[in-house]
Amino acid sequence: MTELENPSSPLVEVVDMKVHFPIRRGVVLDKTVGYVYAVDGVDLSIRSGETYGLVGESGCGKSTLGRAMLKLTEPTAGRVVFDGIDLSSMKGEPLRTMRRRMQMVFQDPLSSLDPRQSVESLLVEGMRAHGLDKGKESSAKRLRELLLAVGLPSTSLRKYPHEFSGGQRQRIGIARALSVEPDLIVADEPVSALDVSVQAQVINLLEDLQTEFGLTYLVIAHDLAVVRHISDRVGVMYLGGLVEEADSDQLYREPLHPYTKALMSAVPVPDPLVEDRRERILLAGDLPSPANPPTGCRFHTRCPWRQETRCDTERPALREIDPGHRVACHYAEDIRAGRIRQHAVEAELVREDWDVVPDDASLAGPASVTETLGP
Amino acid sequence: MALLEVRDLSVVFQRRGERPFTAVDGVSFDVEPGQTVGLVGESGCGKSVTSLAIMGLLAKRGVKISGSAKFDGTELLSLSDRQMRDRRGRDLGMVFQDPLSSLNPVVSIGLQVTEVLERHRDMSRKQASVEAAELLEKVGIPDPKRRLSEYPHQLSGGMRQRALIAIALACRPRLLIADEPTTALDVTIQAQILALLADLVRDTETALIMITHDLGVVAGLCDEVNVLYAGRVVERAGRHDLFRVPRHPYTHGLLASIPRLDAPRGERLSPIKGSVSDNIPWTTGCAFAPRCPNALDTCVQVTPAMEPDPVVAGPRLLRCHNPVEPATAAEQEIMS
Repeated sequence: MTELENPSSPLVEVVDMKVHFPIRRGVVLDKTVGYVYAVDGVDLSIRSGETYGLVGESGCGKSTLGRAMLKLTEPTAGRVVFDGIDLSSMKGEPLRTMRRRMQMVFQDPLSSLDPRQSVESLLVEGMRAHGLDKGKESSAKRLRELLLAVGLPSTSLRKYPHEFSGGQRQRIGIARALSVEPDLIVADEPVSALDVSVQAQVINLLEDLQTEFGLTYLVIAHDLAVVRHISDRVGVMYLGGLVEEADSDQLYREPLHPYTKALMSAVPVPDPLVEDRRERILLAGDLPSPANPPTGCRFHTRCPWRQETRCDTERPALREIDPGHRVACHYAEDIRAGRIRQHAVEAELVREDWDVVPDDASLAGPASVTETLGP
Repeated sequence: MALLEVRDLSVVFQRRGERPFTAVDGVSFDVEPGQTVGLVGESGCGKSVTSLAIMGLLAKRGVKISGSAKFDGTELLSLSDRQMRDRRGRDLGMVFQDPLSSLNPVVSIGLQVTEVLERHRDMSRKQASVEAAELLEKVGIPDPKRRLSEYPHQLSGGMRQRALIAIALACRPRLLIADEPTTALDVTIQAQILALLADLVRDTETALIMITHDLGVVAGLCDEVNVLYAGRVVERAGRHDLFRVPRHPYTHGLLASIPRLDAPRGERLSPIKGSVSDNIPWTTGCAFAPRCPNALDTCVQVTPAMEPDPVVAGPRLLRCHNPVEPATAAEQEIMS
């Protein structure tokens, strides 16, 4: 939203971030039988004052990346540098103090607000924890400012979360994040739980607040249209890795990664004329399990541009093709120039249960109803 | 005669000690064979309750259904449970939003498909299981023979939804009701499922009622669109007419408040003020009036009737005293 004259220094830098969750089995021995590679080697930097949109489908690791950046989830490897300070080795009190500058807005405002706390108490809690609560009068003034900023009536302070509508609750969540004067706000699906007509209110509010307080946003969402609307730059994630990153308009004009192309073509546009003309790139099959990601390029199992060599053996690095446009695809230039054609892809079986070793015994179903239901 | 004729359908929920709540308030629409009709609206507009009432899936206690829903001349609302069970699955199919909770978790996929075939098409178990594998293949499930012996939890979300569609289609119903069939799915999977539904409608002349909150889904799929607000249809038109010139302020507002993928960035969205709960009862006026930028004094005094659009040509019905001018509607369309 705020057009920056020259790219300012990065506020946050993520270097080779990895988050692997162990899969454990057994009650007594508690063996680790494998890992879910939720985030697997992501580099990105967010400039001060910009909105960075992280988009991807469920299970691609976008939320985990956001949480790991704030150290809400401990990263397995990699570094997060916030305003020149390395957070990776930080813990305890210094980290807590640091957290004042990075706040989070969650998807579901009802479950992220304590139902037994009044709005006043919700807002004051953070301020108090960070020593920003200086006397009754100044606090009261600050609370009024906050409510005004997020567009809630001043009578809201004594009310409880259940007394508000979904959109208003999300405003409370935003006010709570703002209360400690942060630099960075990580918003994880901030509008996806809201009705369409209310979504726009919250999107506009986020934009206004950015201009007013000079905030930096990381917006995590699955809705590409929302992300494109709100973000200066967009990163597309697939199965734990960043596959493409570009300026929001650039990404829409010329998506280079096959996955981004497919994602773009799948988003419905509320205009029959556009819908009738569009060419859809239908992807075959489902997202492979992050516990057992495909070798080489993570996308090669579903990619309509897949080639015989490299795709299934060598994981493509995120490389800069145009200024500010990074793509992780071996053949991005060839696809762009039309030297490689799309071809049909057979859907592969994707198992929902994350068995590391497929257990064939579990595939056998019952022979009859009686076997299923018992005698 | 239309395949399904819904006339003045109302559903009132009554709970002891509470005021009765009218979820659906005099909804009427027709569905022709092979036609796709959309019911669009936000949460609480009554779109799902409408479909449940037609399918006879609402609880008997505490619910008052009035009006009529005629399927091929038969009044569905007065059928006995047994007669309705015969219809459901055979003539009427339904696909729900959440496939995991609509499939039986302890029964294999195969059995859930063959059950319908044995019940309604009098097939032997052998025949049914051959047919079931064909059905699964038709809806795009890879390796269908093996899938038959698997359980819902072993399938991914998209595959579960396909399995559910296969069950709904098992008896080649003449009417399929899809209630937010893609809301729980990712966009690339959504595109697969919508393409599947569109193919089915084209190939088999099945009539489809598409219930969704997503105007994008409607734009690509529905022949006719009904926009619901607070239990009533407020605007009905063909999809091209509706999106080109939205006339009801609510439809217009919805379209203006959605960020579009193909819109240039930096353009501000114009949200509808307030939230869905800011209604006045339809009995006193237009329920949308408190949120409406076009509201007049009459809007809170006189209930608007569903009438043909006086200005824009075409088969459009509108429930509004002061619709959005076609010029501004078209202008804003161009600007966005």
